[in-house]
Amino acid sequence: MAGEAEQLRLRSQLSRLRGLPLLRGAKLSAELERLQKQLDRVVSEPSDEEIWRSVELARNPDRPYTLDYVERLLDDWFELHGDQHHGDDAALVAGIGRFRDRTVVLVGNQKGRDVKERTRRNFGMAYPEGYGKAMRAMELADRHGFPLLSLIDIPGAYPGVTAEQHGQGGAIARSQALLARLGVPIVACVIGEGGSGGAIATALADRVLMQENSIYTVISPEGCAAILWRDAGEARKAAAAFKPDAAHCLELGVIDAIVPEPESGAHTDPDHAAQLLGDALAESLELLESQSGEELRRQRRVRFRTIGQIPATR
Amino acid sequence: MSERIDVSIEHRHAPPEDGRRHPNTCPKCGSHYRDDELAEHLNVCPQCGHHFPVHARERIQQLFDPDSFVEEAAELRSDDPLAFFDLRPYTERLAEAELSTGLGEAMVIGRAAIEDQPCQLAVMEFGFMGGSMGRVVGEKFARACEGAGERGVPLVSVTTTGGARMQEGILSLMQLPKTVCAVEDLRDAGGTLISVMAHPTTAGVLASFASLGDVLVAEPGALLSFTGPRVVQQTTREKLPDDFGLAESNFRYGHIDAIVPRPELRPMLGRLLRLFADGR
Repeated sequence: MAGEAEQLRLRSQLSRLRGLPLLRGAKLSAELERLQKQLDRVVSEPSDEEIWRSVELARNPDRPYTLDYVERLLDDWFELHGDQHHGDDAALVAGIGRFRDRTVVLVGNQKGRDVKERTRRNFGMAYPEGYGKAMRAMELADRHGFPLLSLIDIPGAYPGVTAEQHGQGGAIARSQALLARLGVPIVACVIGEGGSGGAIATALADRVLMQENSIYTVISPEGCAAILWRDAGEARKAAAAFKPDAAHCLELGVIDAIVPEPESGAHTDPDHAAQLLGDALAESLELLESQSGEELRRQRRVRFRTIGQIPATR
Repeated sequence: MSERIDVSIEHRHAPPEDGRRHPNTCPKCGSHYRDDELAEHLNVCPQCGHHFPVHARERIQQLFDPDSFVEEAAELRSDDPLAFFDLRPYTERLAEAELSTGLGEAMVIGRAAIEDQPCQLAVMEFGFMGGSMGRVVGEKFARACEGAGERGVPLVSVTTTGGARMQEGILSLMQLPKTVCAVEDLRDAGGTLISVMAHPTTAGVLASFASLGDVLVAEPGALLSFTGPRVVQQTTREKLPDDFGLAESNFRYGHIDAIVPRPELRPMLGRLLRLFADGR
């Protein structure tokens, strides 16, 4: 077994290469294959510790949030507020801005930095009103032909009484259904926690990316541990078992590419992290922008229809 | 504040707290029935109207015309993409579920008819790992949508599920967008989805295809919540309303079209199928 430094080097090289759009040409994919084989030899899987490290980094309180990236990547940002029904959910932001010479609509989950803002933003856990606002923004994008960017960073949909009374399940379902109908390019990137239904509500996209140290999960490690191990303290074991890290999600075909982060994580250099994220989003958009709305819709649905194909009938 | 004394009669026959209640004993009124008595009443308590769970095969018998059902994709089985191991291996849980239910997965699909109206059906089985949705359930539902679209008949889904199947990790979350896309394709083909939600229809299934029916109906007392009451209680420490997440509460808040007692379900579906047969 090679040293951890060697594994890290190969892994970061690999994820950098994979961060490029569709691996332009065969030369690169041969290089990728070589690296992958090398990596496979060195270590078959990220170790349990590495997976848990991703969980901790994804939750790091200093990690850049959606508005930190908006500030660095978008010009002329105009934020939309409210779902025009009930209220304005501060846990999910939406707006219009200029991103590298085009107008885009951006939706994103938003956590708070200090105690007061965390409370106001409900720790990033959206209510149905949040999905309502996102859907308004999606429709706006579709009406005007603006590409849609979606940044995902949500521990999970909010588990509260009013959230249920306002129709949480239906809101998540309808938000996905709307995304499946849009005739504009959609690029989503998990920038922290991609928690369950709350995440997928805004992640039904043409291209789905994950930052190197983000996680994408069907249930929080603690929730899974509480149910299957009957002990929330076994979160590490749960995370190791359901493998929420970017490398595994890429391997399973759930995401299209991993977006590299500064060496010690996005929180150590937000400017650089934003630069890398911006490049990845722009490259993904360029791949999609020449396609007609009808093509985008069809391919988007095929993408999700074929993820995680079941084995041939026995 | 002084402790309130509980004098409600509903609690007189409360089941033992350890949860070891016989499956044929009504949890609401404590009446006990033989299998044939329950079956005769469509698994509804004749005493108090409590709706007992119904297995997928029984449900198909109750709702659809005799001999009209032709099962499809029965051969599909889940594998273990993550080599998932909690207290026991996932493969062992799958094998056990198949043995105890006699079903290959938590959903049965096929073609059938109600009151001579042809339709496609997708019926879930709670007994198979809590009716959880993994890749095979997602695939079966998608195929049911395709079948309905191709044949130009409505799809009737009956859900009873705890949500996504954690043992398939992120791939189980991907069944939400997958089934949503299948419903959207069905809609584009001019198709109809009638969603019947039985107890419980929660989490990943409520947050995907079950909520996307042209018509949404639920059985009385069914729990329809994205997050279950226990988790909400633990997270928020709020006192939950007595009918938290139940069909009745969902109806009051405008999330479902009707609450239909089980004996009225078949005639109501027949009526809807006739109505929608006139469409595109």
